[in-house]
Amino acid sequence: MAKHSFRGGIHPNDGKNLSKKKPIVDVLPGKELVFPLSQHIGAPAVAVVAKGDVVLRGQLIAQAGGFVSAPIYSSVSGVVKTIEPRRVVTGDLVNSIVITNDEQYNEVTYEEVDDVTLLTKEQIIEKIQVAGIVGMGGAGFPTHVKLSPKEPDKIDYCIANCAECEPYLTSDYRRMVEEPEKLVEGLKIILSLFDNAKGILAVEDNKPDCIATLKKLTKDEPRILVKALKTKYPQGSERQLIFATTKRAINCEQLPADAGCVVNNVDTIVAIYNAVKHGRPLMQRIVTVTGDCIRRPQNFRVFTGMMYSELIEQAGGFKVQPEKIVSGGPMMGFGLIDLEVPTTKTASALLCISKDEVSRAKPKACINCGLCAEVCPGRVVPKMLADYAERGDEESFKKKNGMECCECGCCSYVCPAKRNLTQSIKSMRKIILSKKKR
Amino acid sequence: MDELLKVSSNPHIRSKLSTDKIMLCVIIALLPATIFGTINFGLYGLVVVLTSVVSCVVTELLFELILKKDITVNDLSAVVTGLLLGLNMPPKAPIYLPIIGGIFAILVVKMVFGGLGQNFMNPALGARCFLIISFPAAMTNFVCDAYSGATPLALIKSGESVDLYNMIIGRTSGTIGETSMVAIVCGAIFLILLGIIDLRIPGTYIVTFALFIGLFGGHGFDTYYISTQLAGGGLMLGAFFMATDYVTRPVTRAGQYVFGAILGILTGIFRVFGASAEGVSYAIIIANLLVPLIEKITYPRAFGRGGEHL
Repeated sequence: MAKHSFRGGIHPNDGKNLSKKKPIVDVLPGKELVFPLSQHIGAPAVAVVAKGDVVLRGQLIAQAGGFVSAPIYSSVSGVVKTIEPRRVVTGDLVNSIVITNDEQYNEVTYEEVDDVTLLTKEQIIEKIQVAGIVGMGGAGFPTHVKLSPKEPDKIDYCIANCAECEPYLTSDYRRMVEEPEKLVEGLKIILSLFDNAKGILAVEDNKPDCIATLKKLTKDEPRILVKALKTKYPQGSERQLIFATTKRAINCEQLPADAGCVVNNVDTIVAIYNAVKHGRPLMQRIVTVTGDCIRRPQNFRVFTGMMYSELIEQAGGFKVQPEKIVSGGPMMGFGLIDLEVPTTKTASALLCISKDEVSRAKPKACINCGLCAEVCPGRVVPKMLADYAERGDEESFKKKNGMECCECGCCSYVCPAKRNLTQSIKSMRKIILSKKKR
Repeated sequence: MDELLKVSSNPHIRSKLSTDKIMLCVIIALLPATIFGTINFGLYGLVVVLTSVVSCVVTELLFELILKKDITVNDLSAVVTGLLLGLNMPPKAPIYLPIIGGIFAILVVKMVFGGLGQNFMNPALGARCFLIISFPAAMTNFVCDAYSGATPLALIKSGESVDLYNMIIGRTSGTIGETSMVAIVCGAIFLILLGIIDLRIPGTYIVTFALFIGLFGGHGFDTYYISTQLAGGGLMLGAFFMATDYVTRPVTRAGQYVFGAILGILTGIFRVFGASAEGVSYAIIIANLLVPLIEKITYPRAFGRGGEHL
């Protein structure tokens, strides 16, 4: 049978061997935790605590700033030290609540639900919204918004994005190995919101063990299918994933719901399960700490708000001096200026590389080889778009479908002239998007 | 941490492929044709090819030194141009031909338009056509030690018969690198296996040309006649090594099929109705000029906007 896939994409060295056999390890945070008020797409959260307040683990510290927003919870018990702008992974300064950890980990009590099937749809969505769940694959789109499309009856597929196509990342893989039941239960909760939908667990075929376990777990679930995807980056990109699993293609102006789909990644679905079943807000996630500089690459269960520098220590520190540190995967992650930034709801990995291939490669003249167009999942011609972007030609950029770019990075990766195509296109997209907003 | 970290936009990894590696592969792929040319026509043929290469590289180097630009000869593209130009020379070409040709190819066709990636026409073919117009006698004199002169295509045109087997092996007169279909195809297979070129342009070119010859060549779909047309002249060298030149072919997938079809038709017209038995060089440089137009009308439709998805 032909594997589920899309046209284009690349096969980089996946680096997953460094950490894929390492079980998830719980780590405790240090003295100070930082909770940026904006760690999701949409309005920033609004702080509901003040300097000096005593907080418990699991206590609300910032409430949602609107419908498209998400509340934030303290992951430790302690005292609010201050609320001030702090540096985050993107390099921006974001207003953040800083909490001094009292290391007691006194928790609030959570509202357990014995039988989730007795909950109404509204109750489920409310629980997800209250728990502050956002898309944990990296985008950080508030999950309750995703799960509230205009016409829930027209949703045909609820897709669990288990592709984990980014090189080096193994956090979703470890989840599927260690807690596959939670993933399946979480997907069943999502399915209970959409009466006409089927659930799809979409896994890349480089994880045959997960495919087997998930198939076994869902063999008595008529509404859930396990689909093996061809291993290829960016198979887990939302639009490509929808196409690979359902043969429906949406453009940049459409939402997955327009194709009758709802897509959530592994960690998000497990968070949904924890929120609905156990009443626990989102304050932990799995982070892969890896790269050739790390002494002991690991998968950690991390308290959000914990500093990246502490994760490096927990992983045994550096064995060689890193040249570049990336928050997230190497294809779409952010290059860090320093390690004193907090982990957030969307932090999937910390990648430390000893040799930065980007700064070593000097961009040369384009030879028009067309590889960028061959690999582009958005079916545009990146080299032309980058030319328009560098010239500031917004009209041509838009006319040649520049806004269809998903910034996956495939074009820059393959370019033999080492042009920074993604960067140019991304910059132009930002300019055009900011003009649209005004 | 003692040292500052590097920060850049995503992605943070790069493939190992580079411009100079691609060029090196093309050079390697042209070696069978070069070696066969040397065996077929003698050492002087090799001298002509090497002179052309040196002329191209030196021209590019001097141009950049004089204008104080970044030196780009190490990307090996000038070597490829020189090699292709040399392989398109007659075996007894006077030594000034490759020298002038190399200077014209690099200076006039490539560098003044902005160097690598900016030229609108294949430099080697631009120079070859310039030489044919400027030095018609020397450029079309194929007399050498081994062969009496007339190329197989010229013989066919005047109604004489040729030996197809010798044409495929390459034991005929012609330019240094074009005669051996076997050597050229070996090099082309190497490039196709490495993914550096694909069959879209050469395939469409050859099929369209064969159809054209079948329809208008005056011999119907005669396998022998069509085979001699395919094996003769610069068709194989042109289709696999010059029509596929990245810079001067359309970058769009659909455009590449259109480009190949135009090449097939133009070559057919030139060979069937033209005064000369040849036509590949002119067909390619004319089609080169149509590339911006082809790219404009064949720009792909985006994902989710009706484009192909698989």
